[in-house]
Amino acid sequence: MSLLKVENLTVALPPGGDRPHAIEDITLEVDAGEILCVVGESGSGKSITANAVMGLLPKGLAVKAGRIVFEGRDLLALSPEGMRRLRGARLAMIFQEPMTALNPVMRVGEQIAEAMRVHGAGAEAARRVPELLAAVKLPDPAATARAYPFRLSGGQRQRVMIAMALALEPSLLIADEPTTALDVTTQMQILRLIREIQSRRGTGVMFITHDFGVVAEIADRVAVMQHGRIVEQGPAAEILNRPQHPYTRALIAAVPQGAPGSAPPSSAPVILEAKGVEKTYRRTGGWFGPKPEVRAVHHADFVLRKGETLGLVGESGSGKSTLARCVVKLVEPEKGEILFEGADLRPLSRRAWKPFRKRIQMVFQDPFASLNPRRRVGEIIAEGPITHGAPRAAALARARELLALVQLDPGAMERYPHEFSGGQRQRIGIARALAMEPELLIADEPVSALDVSVQAQVLALLADIRARLGLTMLFITHDLRVAAQVCDRIAVMQHGAIVEQGPTAEVFGAPRHPYTRQLLDSIPGRGWTPPVIAA
Amino acid sequence: MREFWRRFRRNRGALAGLVILVLIILLAAFAPLLYPGSPWEMATAPFVPPGEEGMLLGSDSLGRDVAAGIAHGARISLMVGAVSTIAALSIGVTLGAVAGYLGGVVDDAVMRFTEFFQTIPSFVFAVLLVAIFTPTIGSVVFAIAVVSWPPVARVVRAEFLSLRSREFVQAAEVLGKSRIAIVLTDILPNALSPIVVLSSLMVASAILLESALSFLGLGDPNLMTWGFLIGAGRSVIRLAWWMSVFPGLAIFLTVLALNLVGEGLSDALNPRLARQRGGAT
Repeated sequence: MSLLKVENLTVALPPGGDRPHAIEDITLEVDAGEILCVVGESGSGKSITANAVMGLLPKGLAVKAGRIVFEGRDLLALSPEGMRRLRGARLAMIFQEPMTALNPVMRVGEQIAEAMRVHGAGAEAARRVPELLAAVKLPDPAATARAYPFRLSGGQRQRVMIAMALALEPSLLIADEPTTALDVTTQMQILRLIREIQSRRGTGVMFITHDFGVVAEIADRVAVMQHGRIVEQGPAAEILNRPQHPYTRALIAAVPQGAPGSAPPSSAPVILEAKGVEKTYRRTGGWFGPKPEVRAVHHADFVLRKGETLGLVGESGSGKSTLARCVVKLVEPEKGEILFEGADLRPLSRRAWKPFRKRIQMVFQDPFASLNPRRRVGEIIAEGPITHGAPRAAALARARELLALVQLDPGAMERYPHEFSGGQRQRIGIARALAMEPELLIADEPVSALDVSVQAQVLALLADIRARLGLTMLFITHDLRVAAQVCDRIAVMQHGAIVEQGPTAEVFGAPRHPYTRQLLDSIPGRGWTPPVIAA
Repeated sequence: MREFWRRFRRNRGALAGLVILVLIILLAAFAPLLYPGSPWEMATAPFVPPGEEGMLLGSDSLGRDVAAGIAHGARISLMVGAVSTIAALSIGVTLGAVAGYLGGVVDDAVMRFTEFFQTIPSFVFAVLLVAIFTPTIGSVVFAIAVVSWPPVARVVRAEFLSLRSREFVQAAEVLGKSRIAIVLTDILPNALSPIVVLSSLMVASAILLESALSFLGLGDPNLMTWGFLIGAGRSVIRLAWWMSVFPGLAIFLTVLALNLVGEGLSDALNPRLARQRGGAT
């Protein structure tokens, strides 16, 4: 008998939504000792499925049909009190955001003990808490138990959450994107931890994710969701290597291939060169006492030749965005030279910079924050050229052409940004940058906020534009698969410094720096090469 | 715009406030037609109670029509409220924008200057200013504007600080737009809703301040105002209650209406907050 059995589950959305049901006719099973990955893009209903099992559906979403059978009991028939007794004890959940899931004013040991007390196991807490913290491989369990959450990093907090979820030895663990907010090396550690604990204790795991790399890393079985329905379900090896349903095939085809192309070393003229750039942030430490310093960028020299794409990769806080922003003077470095075709940009005044604004443009990360919500798309695209003296009518006509270039309808001119999806907005952001006809394009995590299929479209668009207009690109990303697909050369950043750089094939094939090796080892599902699928 | 109106309408209090406000504006606009001639002229015998001898709201100690005084006073009250708010907004928005956008030393300097004004109790400061500059309508408006701009500057600065670091503002920098263009086309339009809400409340407090100044005899001596009516009636309140009660009611209704409209605007401009509060159903 399976541990969890969901049969024909349908949850209604409030009337007026874009579809009548949040999830429709969901049937899945989780056995003891098995990891089921539920994969889908945002809005596919995968989190709703998890919340329905936990009895944590938001108000306004009602279960319309179906059964959820857990250890032989129908969860939907249980009273709220009965559900509370199961939750935490037999069914446990790990959430996506470890930074906000812990109570900030309570010691973490106390929080784990509380979870046990609620279920009448408080007496054992003193003995079990250090044991649990040791089981999730936190260093010095006794000291960690006395720490407040703000002293722990994101990865450590997620370990505490896992310890808390495991406190009462539940038979089913539901993990809702538990590694999405974490850096790639931390993600790998957490995935290994979940895998290990699950096989040691025989826990059933329902793992929600959007990342096929994670699926390849951890799943025994996979359920693929689209628009609130399960479109394909089966063993992981089967789905990953021989997907049947067109949607699954499209999703897997959209996973960046990670196979670096081998471009010959470029001998084109150098267009951008950074020499000895340094940026240090000093927090104001009050009138007395030391002022804490963060060296955001140092020892980060690089050259960018005409027509090539240099990838800046690294984890959050490695200084890759700060370095890119130094190039366009959004951040002002204290030291160093930023040479654009031989001219040092760093000491230039706002006025002296203006001619270079036409030649260096930027695409931003968050498509929801990078467009002014109060202006029409046409004006957003045309305002750059207008600022630089182009006649208004000509700039608007050019904006219309650019919309076609980024594959949007010219009718978009008169609409506001909120009427577009994330991927469409990112296209508008790209069109805005291209309107200036730049020679150098800086792309700061341009696809990180997008779903994988949209991500593939935007990357294809960038590649196409780059080839057609002969652009030089500085491409910032934390995703090594994306970097391998897009970049000719790679520079790896750690703690504000470039630790290794070279042609993509060389950096990925024969990494020299230990940190690069660690990053490459942490790519989820690195043993899996997505099958080539004729779309 | 239609969406905005639909959300505003959901708050019934705001709708009631809007109706009262429109009625008061109409009263002010048609005062010369309803009560031709000067409100200072004697119309009947002194101390006529409301409803007698054709005096809707009674007459005062010199036989002047209280209703006429209220109608003409509405013109002054609304005018003072509007003009002093516009003046306070122009000072507050300019200083707040400069402080929030430039940051650093400029921000420090502007905010210390603002705090300097906030440390003086605003009413005492207003009395002082009017007393120094002799009470005229101009000096009353000036005094009210000078004491009411600091909150505007603080709100605008806070909005600018958070908007300045948003990506669309950075994108505008990268496009090479001038600072003034960025402030006017990118930041200010996105900071408008709290300013609109705040200004509706500022009109209300300006009317209260003006009434309080007139009550103390620091209003323009040539203009009939609500505060003056109450002040004149206060010594005979046991003999002729209507002389102070009706102008008091007029002030009360106007300020209430403005506050209700302000809350409605706030709900309509920040729909997410309104839903959380559960107020507008």
